[in-house]
Amino acid sequence: MRYAMAVDTKKCVGCSDCVVACQTENNVPHGFCRDWIVEVVDGSYPNVEIELRSERCNHCDNSPCVRCCPTGASHIVEGGIVLVTHEDCIGCGACIQSCPYDARYSHPDGYVDKCTFCHHRLEKGQNPACVDVCPTHCLHFGDLDDPNSDVSKALKNRKWKVNAPEAGTKPQVYFLT
Amino acid sequence: MREELFVSGRNIPNIDPFLNIWHWQIPLYLFLGGLAAGIMFFAGLFLIIGKEKEMETTVKWATFLVPVSLVLGLFALFLDLKHQLFFWRLYTTVRFESPMSWGAWTLMFITPLSFVWVATYMKDAIPNWRWRFNFLEQLEASAIKYRKVLAWFMMMLAVVLGVYTGILLSAFNARPLWNTSILGPLFLVSGLSTGLAAIMWMSKSHYERSVLSKIDLVLIGVELFLIIHLFMGFLAATEVQIEAAHLFLGGEFTTMFWVFVVLLGLIFPAVLEILELVGYKIPIWIPSLLILFGGLVFRFVMVEAGQITRYLY
Repeated sequence: MRYAMAVDTKKCVGCSDCVVACQTENNVPHGFCRDWIVEVVDGSYPNVEIELRSERCNHCDNSPCVRCCPTGASHIVEGGIVLVTHEDCIGCGACIQSCPYDARYSHPDGYVDKCTFCHHRLEKGQNPACVDVCPTHCLHFGDLDDPNSDVSKALKNRKWKVNAPEAGTKPQVYFLT
Repeated sequence: MREELFVSGRNIPNIDPFLNIWHWQIPLYLFLGGLAAGIMFFAGLFLIIGKEKEMETTVKWATFLVPVSLVLGLFALFLDLKHQLFFWRLYTTVRFESPMSWGAWTLMFITPLSFVWVATYMKDAIPNWRWRFNFLEQLEASAIKYRKVLAWFMMMLAVVLGVYTGILLSAFNARPLWNTSILGPLFLVSGLSTGLAAIMWMSKSHYERSVLSKIDLVLIGVELFLIIHLFMGFLAATEVQIEAAHLFLGGEFTTMFWVFVVLLGLIFPAVLEILELVGYKIPIWIPSLLILFGGLVFRFVMVEAGQITRYLY
């Protein structure tokens, strides 16, 4: 099993619903976020292109955060999801330094926090909160090993890219272009 | 034109717009760790080659600085942790892939060792010194008997500690400025050089100082060589590394690095040491202080600048 997400940059309107849904679902403290929206504007008028990307932890296959963690608090669970055990985390910041996507932050309670692909919802057979709430259905989630999953189908029919592939992390959040 | 914006309003403290989660504690600790490694390495070395008499300050007196600087460094590290009450989690696991785990375990062995080393010289430092309990006296006697074994361990652990202060940074592949294997040797050599500077400052023997300053001149040469290679490597690499190098070649860290680290921290003290060796009278504290200050600034600059560099996408 390999969980992954595909973000349709052609459908995303940048409404930030995913951001708010995540903050509510996961009790993210005020002023922090586990997912965010990037707007890239290319060119100048009248030849302008806009790309909108809903970004989050990439749950990388080759995750530097897990490698650098001195206590094993950052670890990978079944399905390739990168999680942090709060009571093993000492708050040293090594994983924050090692993440090319700046997807991790220091929670006011001390430990490091980030997107979990809503692991607690997956266990109940639900989708991550951001996926369910997206009004344009631009987020596709599922198991890459299952050819009939939402994400596999989305990646099969479209061109896609990942963020900073040159960092060598093998990210698992794909962007349909 | 290309412009990237967070449109969902992202302003996480210490992460946006520039990563800045490591403050003064980490560079200070890297400096103190390197200093301790330098002093311990040379104390061990000169004991093993049997120069305990001629190099008294190196083998005996300067090592009294080591436990102090290690404890201060560890305290700085502790202050840096955000989840401080859980720091003991470092010692419930061994993670071979994580340099920080390596460092934590190295410190676990080298800190007590430095205390033992100093304890074996307590009676030389304070003639009437008596250990309170009999078993401590016995322990001291056996530590003195096996001093050479201790010296070997100390030397090896000092190299691990010195390299680790650089490897700690170079393991983070998200920060292009740090992500180079030269950082390990560079931090080791710089640490050894600061250690020598501290010993020279303390030493009163002309012979000892001249031996040490000859070694230091070699180390400074190696350090300059490694710095040049560091930048050659960056400039011949990808865009993110070139951008990282330009922070030092015209960017905001240019003056800080080339004036305080390279010129005042390496070249000028080297010139003073050469003048001293050819017979001019130079107060030893001037080159020593400059080397120590240069080493400290070097670590501050590297930690600060490294956090700014990143992959762009």
